[in-house]
Amino acid sequence: MYAQLVKSEGLKSREEMSPQEQAFQDRVDKGEKIEPKDWMPEGYRKTLVRQIGQHAHSEIVGQLPEGNWITRAPTLERKAILLAKVQDEAGHGLYLYSAAETLGVSRDELLDKLHSGKMKYSSIFNYPTLNWADIGAVGWLVDGAAIMNQVPLQRTSYGPYSRAMIRICKEESFHQRQGYAIMMKMAQGTPDQKNMAQDALNRFWFPSLMMFGPSDKDSVHSAQSMAWKIKINTNDELRQKFVNETVPQAKYLGLTVPDEKLEWNEEKQGYDFSEPDWSEFFEVIKGNGPCNRERMDARVKAWEDGEWFRDGLNAYADKAADRRKAASVAAE
Amino acid sequence: MPDVETTVDVAANDPIMTDAALRPAFFEWLCRLGDNALILGHRTSEWCGHGPVLEEDIALANTALDLIGHTQMWLGLAGELEGEGRDADTLAYLRDAMKFRNILLVELPKGDMAVTMMREFLFDAYHHLLLTWLSSNSSSPRVAEIAAKAVKEVSYHLDRASDIVVRLGDGTAESHRRMQDALELLWPYTGEMFKADEVDERLSDAGVAPDLAQLRGAWETKVRDILEEATLTMPDPAGYAHLGGKQGRHTEHLGFILAEMQFLQRAYPGASW
Repeated sequence: MYAQLVKSEGLKSREEMSPQEQAFQDRVDKGEKIEPKDWMPEGYRKTLVRQIGQHAHSEIVGQLPEGNWITRAPTLERKAILLAKVQDEAGHGLYLYSAAETLGVSRDELLDKLHSGKMKYSSIFNYPTLNWADIGAVGWLVDGAAIMNQVPLQRTSYGPYSRAMIRICKEESFHQRQGYAIMMKMAQGTPDQKNMAQDALNRFWFPSLMMFGPSDKDSVHSAQSMAWKIKINTNDELRQKFVNETVPQAKYLGLTVPDEKLEWNEEKQGYDFSEPDWSEFFEVIKGNGPCNRERMDARVKAWEDGEWFRDGLNAYADKAADRRKAASVAAE
Repeated sequence: MPDVETTVDVAANDPIMTDAALRPAFFEWLCRLGDNALILGHRTSEWCGHGPVLEEDIALANTALDLIGHTQMWLGLAGELEGEGRDADTLAYLRDAMKFRNILLVELPKGDMAVTMMREFLFDAYHHLLLTWLSSNSSSPRVAEIAAKAVKEVSYHLDRASDIVVRLGDGTAESHRRMQDALELLWPYTGEMFKADEVDERLSDAGVAPDLAQLRGAWETKVRDILEEATLTMPDPAGYAHLGGKQGRHTEHLGFILAEMQFLQRAYPGASW
């Protein structure tokens, strides 16, 4: 899940809705897709821009912790796979910024908000990748958690977002498998490699659980987003599903999930587990995570260093357009 | 490591591969191709996540990915030819700098996008000519087969790099200045591409590889045309050339590339990844 704490309107009851809003809600309830030129409540548009923008930012900031190991990947094949994966993340950013553009906000505007700190990206990317098994853990846990949220979002009410999610999900499931493949190699490798794998799981377990955001069962914001089908499941439902699926995978690897309270609960047919440290989560969101500073500095530097490059291409495009115009005038 | 059966088939299909007298030079030459791709791929991959615009980030990662793919093919064939059990990974990760055979041009730091794209253009223009020749003329079917695969990708690299050189050269005053500076920085490293040594001559005599001096004319024409369109000034083709990479005498930069690239293989010998 790459969107956390997305602010939305309070839930409106049917009586509070205008006839136009009622008709809109009926379309959503029937499972119809809302398209860019259709009328939509302003709150729907704004919430979507925040959510899609945050997701897009997460994709491009998410390139950094994995990009950190491309030049150190241990084999040519691992290097090629990691390059392809990080390139996919950039591609996901591109689809999502394009989806946001259909709501009337440009990529440059969204990037400005990211660079000035007005918009956020997923807290998970503020954690460092310290050993090679972290690249496995990111694919297995981080992409795994993202998939939990993104698979239902393929059915989201907004057409361009839904279509972007369908493409993204296909690639994410490959990413998760490659992450797990790295973890298998590491967990079955030398004692040093196994230690790296356990160390990666120890550091990424709770931050991965945080990706779903704090419990939102009583949140009016979530209720409105769910009514609009911008959000499909509650954060707690998704977190539980993630734990249920991931714990057996960890067992298969022979690794220990770093939670002493983790226990199968027969009655609920799911695991009981410890809550992550939410004070840490809020600190990371505020900017006090281990890598917030580096991540933002890297993005801002890339953008600022690239200004002359973008200006150069734009200037050439203008000149070329002028030349074409002059040529067509001359031909007449 | 290739299994015995494949090696036998290969030898039957490609007698050049079994020419024992040619083997040491052939191995060196394959390492040159593989190492150029590996080191340029490494430099290009350093941009991942740091590109000036999302589309460029994707294109650079894609280019790096292609080059790593070429590395696997060339170094894989080099290891097979050598027949001492070294595969592409062993060659990439367990040779020290003096055993690397890439030209100096590809190991220079990535610099800004002007240096990165100008280098790619200068190299691609050569790489494309070389692979085109190899794919249709090489006396080694194995070499021709790899070149035929790689040339499709390199043809796209060359188109893209040429296009960017033109646009930035003829963009703003600043982009023009940066491109001209990059050209002058890199130019003295282009001569090495065409400077044949004994290895090149032996491969050329055997019909495996082209006569490098003959590629030079076509390269200069291509480069001159694009630079002219880009409103850039081409330095003197007969100017000074830095040499040595192909024989294993590198710049100080290569050692740091390898220290980074080979870290895991060196720190945990024998582990499987």
